[in-house]
Amino acid sequence: MAYDKFNIIKSSAVPLNIDNVDTDQIIPARYLKATERKGFGDNLFRDWRYNSNNEIIKDFPLNNEDYSGRILVAGKNFGCGSSREHAVWAIYDYGFRAVVSSFFADIFKNNCLNIGVLPVQISEDFLDELFSEVERDNNSQFEINLPKQSISIISNGQSENFNISKYKKENMMNGFDDIDYLVDRKEDIITFANKIPR
Amino acid sequence: MGKTLFDKVWDNHVISKIENGPDVLFIDRHFIHEVTSPVAFVGLKSRNLKVLFPDKTFATADHNTPTINQHLPIKDVLSAQQVKTLEKNCEEHGIDFWGLGHKMNGIVHVIGPENGITQPGLTIVCGDSHTSTHGAFGAIAFGIGTSEVEMVLSCQSIMQQKPKKMRITIDGKLNDFVTPKDVAIYIISQLSSSGATGYFVEYAGDVFKSMSMEGRMTVCNLSIEMGARGGMIAPDEKTFEYLKGREFSPKDKEWDNAIKNWSNLKSDSDSVFDKEISFNASDIEPMITYGTNPGMAVPISKEIPDFDNSGSEASFSKSLKYMNFKEGDVMLGKKIDYVFLGSCTNGRIEDFRSFASLIKGKRKADSIDAWLVPGSHKVLKSIKDEGILEILESSGFKLREPGCSACLAMNDDKIPAGKYAVSTTNRNFEGRQGPGARTLLASPLVAAASAITGKITDPREII
Ligand code: SF4
Repeated sequence: MAYDKFNIIKSSAVPLNIDNVDTDQIIPARYLKATERKGFGDNLFRDWRYNSNNEIIKDFPLNNEDYSGRILVAGKNFGCGSSREHAVWAIYDYGFRAVVSSFFADIFKNNCLNIGVLPVQISEDFLDELFSEVERDNNSQFEINLPKQSISIISNGQSENFNISKYKKENMMNGFDDIDYLVDRKEDIITFANKIPR
Repeated sequence: MGKTLFDKVWDNHVISKIENGPDVLFIDRHFIHEVTSPVAFVGLKSRNLKVLFPDKTFATADHNTPTINQHLPIKDVLSAQQVKTLEKNCEEHGIDFWGLGHKMNGIVHVIGPENGITQPGLTIVCGDSHTSTHGAFGAIAFGIGTSEVEMVLSCQSIMQQKPKKMRITIDGKLNDFVTPKDVAIYIISQLSSSGATGYFVEYAGDVFKSMSMEGRMTVCNLSIEMGARGGMIAPDEKTFEYLKGREFSPKDKEWDNAIKNWSNLKSDSDSVFDKEISFNASDIEPMITYGTNPGMAVPISKEIPDFDNSGSEASFSKSLKYMNFKEGDVMLGKKIDYVFLGSCTNGRIEDFRSFASLIKGKRKADSIDAWLVPGSHKVLKSIKDEGILEILESSGFKLREPGCSACLAMNDDKIPAGKYAVSTTNRNFEGRQGPGARTLLASPLVAAASAITGKITDPREII
C-alpha cells in the first residue's frame, strides 16, 4: 500500500520508556479481526491506554496531554513477539511516522520499512538523552533527517546518525515498496522457479 | 571456507542481490491463515495482481476459530467474516483451503510438517512469527508481515537482508523429566528475549540429535522468543523417517533423489558462525517463567531473582507487578487457576502422550480449569486412536477441538483477568492469553503435574 514519502520531519516526541514492548501490547490480538486496513490507530496500546472498564488511564504517555508529536521514543527491544503488521499499521494510523529506540525486533523493523514508518536505531546513551530532553521540556523539537540519516535535538544541537540500507532509504524517500520492485522482475522469478522445480 | 547449513539453503534461493540492500529470495512454501492474509489480498486486488504460484501456498483457519462446536457456524461475527474472507480469497485464487471441519485443518505450524509439506532445504514463510517451527527439518523458515505475504502471493519471493549466523550447541544427556520445552526456555533465559536478534540459529549437539522431530519443532518454534529470525537443525535419519510416506512427501524415485540431496544439508566442518554458544545438557532442569517475557524464567525449584538483565529495573518491576509476584518468591507451590495444553509449541501428539503419561491413574484438581487443545485434526485422531483420550477423561479432563485457542486468545478461550495459567504455549506477554491474564510458560509435564495438584508442581514429585 502506498504511503507518504519520508524526507525530513521536525516534531515533538511521545516518550514510552519501557523495554521489551511486544506487539501484543502495541495491538492486542482481539483487535486483529478486521479484513481491511482501517481504524487500527484507535486500538494502539489499547490495554495500556484504557483499563478494564474502558476508562482512560490518564498517566499513560499517549493519554497525557503534555505529550504529542509524530515521533515515538521507546525503550530497547521494541516490537518483539508476534509478526503482526497490524502493530505498525496502528502506529502509522495513530499518526506516528518514526519510532526511535536503541534496539528493534527484526520482523517489526521490516514491517515498519514496508509501510512507511521509519525505525531509527540509536545508541543507548543517546536514547537516554532523548528521554531526558522530553522530560525537561515536553515540547522540545527533534529533527529526523532521512537523507542525512541523522536525528537531532534542536534545542541543544546534539545529534546522532543512524543506519538504513541504501535501497530502503530510497524506497522511503519515494514512497515505494518492495512489491513495486518485485513485480518489475517477475520474469526473472519465473525463470528461477522453472530452473529448480520444488 | 565451508558453508553452514543456513548458507547452503539461503544461497540456493537467491534470485538476485541488491548492492547495499536485501537479497531477493525465492520462497518454496507459503502458509496463510485468516488473520494476517486478508489485507494482503486487498493489496493484490488494488494492484490488479494475481497469485503467481497458487500451488505453493497452503491455507488453514486456526487463529480465530472456536474450539468447541466447530460443526456449527462461528458465532463471533468478525471471526466468521475473517474465515469466510480467507475461504473466498482462496477460491478466487486457486489456493488449497483447509477450513474448519476439513480433515487436514489445524494450527498452521502443525499441519505443515504432519502432511509432509515442510521438507529439508526449502524456504518457508508465513505471516506468523512461529514459522520458525519448520526449521526442525533443516528448512529456512521464518515469520513475515502482511506486506510480505502480499509479496509472496504476487511474486513468490521476498526481499531480505541475510541475517548473521549463530550456533547453539548442547552436548551431553538431559536429566529425566527435562523436555525439549525446558531446553528452549533454558536457552532463552540464558540469552534473554532479544539475545539472538539479527541472527538465524542452528541447533547442534547430542541433545538435538537424540531429540524426536516433535521435540525439535518445539525448540525451533521458540527461536523467535529470543529474537532470532528462525532456528534450524540439520536433517538426519529421524527427519527422513518422519517424512516418509506423508501426503506431500516425495514418492518413489523422487524420494531417493530427495534423500540424496537432503543428506548434504549440514554445516561443513570448516564453516564459520558469527557467534557460537554452548551449554551442558546436565545443567538443565524443568523450567517455568515468572515474568512477562519468555526470557524471565527459572528452574522450577528456584526463586524469582532480584533482577534479570533483559531490560531496565523499571521494566522488571513492571513485570512482577503485573504477575503479582515478588523478588525472592519461590515458584513451587504457588496456586494456579488454569492449565492450558496446546499451541504450535506443544500441541502435537508427543505432547499429549507426555501429558497423559503423568496424569494416568490420577485426578485433576477440582480447582483447576484445564483446556486441552490438539494442534490439528490429525493429532486429535491419534489421541483417540492411541487411547489417550480415555486416560484423559478418566482423570477428569476434557478435550477441545483443534486451533490456536488460548495461545493468543482471539477466540472465546480467554483466561480471565488476574488468574494464573500454567501454559504450554510460547508467550507470557501481558494480556496474551486474555486481558489481565497471568501466564506461566512450562512443559506439558509441568502442566500435567500442576493440573493434578492445583499449584506449581515439579513433575519429579508426582511420580
Ligand atoms: S498456536 Fe499460538 S503461536 Fe502458534 S500459530 Fe497459533 S497463535 Fe501463533
